[in-house]
Amino acid sequence: MTVPAQIQSPLPATLDGGRERRRMATPPWARALSYWLYQYKRTWRGSVTTSFLYPVLYLSAMGVGLGSLVNHHAHLVDKVTYIDFLAPGLLAGTAMQIGGNEAMYPVMGAIKWVRTYFAMLATPLGAIDVLIGHLAWIALRLTGVIAIYLGIMALFGTVHSPFALLAIPAGVITGMAFAAPIAAFAATQTNDVAFSALYRFGLIPLFLFSGTFFPISQLPGWLQAVAEATPLYHGVALCRGLTLGQLALGPDLAHAAYLIVLTAIGFIAAGRTFRRRLVT
Amino acid sequence: MVTAQGLVKKFESFVAVDGIDFEIAQGESYGFLGPNGAGKTSTMRMIACMSPVSEGTLRVLGMDPATDGPRIRGRIGLVPQEDTLDLELTVLDNLMIYGRYFDLPKKVIRERAENLLEFSQLTDRAHDKVEPLSGGMKRRLTIARALVSNPELLILDEPTTGLDPQARHLLWDRLYRLKLQGVTLVITTHYMDEAEQLCDRLAVMDRGRFAAEDSPVALIAEHSTREVVELRFRAGTHDDMAGQLDGLVERMEILPDRILLYSDDGDSILDKVHTMGLHPDASLVRRSTLEDVFLRLTGRTLVE
Repeated sequence: MTVPAQIQSPLPATLDGGRERRRMATPPWARALSYWLYQYKRTWRGSVTTSFLYPVLYLSAMGVGLGSLVNHHAHLVDKVTYIDFLAPGLLAGTAMQIGGNEAMYPVMGAIKWVRTYFAMLATPLGAIDVLIGHLAWIALRLTGVIAIYLGIMALFGTVHSPFALLAIPAGVITGMAFAAPIAAFAATQTNDVAFSALYRFGLIPLFLFSGTFFPISQLPGWLQAVAEATPLYHGVALCRGLTLGQLALGPDLAHAAYLIVLTAIGFIAAGRTFRRRLVT
Repeated sequence: MVTAQGLVKKFESFVAVDGIDFEIAQGESYGFLGPNGAGKTSTMRMIACMSPVSEGTLRVLGMDPATDGPRIRGRIGLVPQEDTLDLELTVLDNLMIYGRYFDLPKKVIRERAENLLEFSQLTDRAHDKVEPLSGGMKRRLTIARALVSNPELLILDEPTTGLDPQARHLLWDRLYRLKLQGVTLVITTHYMDEAEQLCDRLAVMDRGRFAAEDSPVALIAEHSTREVVELRFRAGTHDDMAGQLDGLVERMEILPDRILLYSDDGDSILDKVHTMGLHPDASLVRRSTLEDVFLRLTGRTLVE
């Protein structure tokens, strides 16, 4: 049994330190991000398959199937077919679900179960690096899922404008508007009980009533106001304008601003809850 | 390497570490010995720059954890009490990721990982998931992982708690090799044999304070006799027996399961016990250990 060389004597500077000095230092948050990339190596197949399957199933069943009924019986808003109306709504809804999910159990797991955050905190990484790294990972995941979604939408003929490419960042920011505040919340929890409630009473109602499946003008007046105040409504409206090519600069900027501000507030809150939970 | 003055750690109103002073020199292996709840882990977490100091001063590698935490952490290795390995990933991936946290180039990490896997006898498990590994293997992997950054100071929080004797001895051997290579070790433990085996100097900790601090040999010489006679009598008769044994030696401890007689000549004391007509169910003459020191200093045993 030999003792490892690097323990016997530090590596010669030319071998190790020298090389390090020549490289640009990777920012600490990006090192935290690399954990999530490593970890994704083991689940990417299932995850990517789902990312393809989900839009195909939804767009076939609801867009094509249900849509044929709707198109026959209803006067469509702005003269678009149901599938054209539905697809961007589902895209934003999917972004919300991915953003929300990835900020619930994985955050809790990294604190309580796998304790990944604590492994990171024993190294040069700090609580904020850990947070940014995780959120950056969620943003990357969202980018992948939404790009695939948009590709499937194109195959279903529901992309009507080159601006549709902007639906990718729009979807990412929709997802992040959920991920950041939910990560802040998750870091305060000692078990996962609240997550299913958040899902049932938060994300699912939003998914159903944010103009995803039908225009919110169909809702009673007071509920319309509620819907307009929620983040998914703005994500849906933004994505829909982009894929349909029906843009309105003012309102669209307002939608984007709403989502960005919510993300920023969530991030600041998460900075506080992460530090409080992780640095004791 | 590490100096502390009046070091305090408070959690709201609870005082976990209550004003301790120590100095750990380069190449030394320094232990914190004490029962659960003595404040060992809180002290470790402060030294590892993972937990802010509540009061007092602490310097690690000459720097202040409050302002230089990331830089200090870049030069130390931590083996936490609870493993923080990713059980779903492979042994090698756990090392690779950890090296990335220190921003080491992949090639360097891979070279070091190879050596470290050899060192921790995990080479043939490199591509297996961590989950099915035994407790001892996981612990060795955690140590290997903490070494991936070539730390000058290695902090081990209860490195062998929960391991079987064989796994413990293998781990002690690895740690001893590190010590020989000049790595400074800081160890917490509630096992006196571990403290005796591994530590040049020991702080005996109780309720957030130091009860004593010295080399294991000096601690025993100062706080205990050379030998100890252990006597076991029928259950329930210990108080009665203790009354009869009173005056035989300068110091006697009555534990629930045995009576300890402290003396520099155990055999002659045991003879006297027999001459008195007392017949313990079992008797044993042994050398004093740190357990006796701890009992003397705190009135309690280490592992309850």
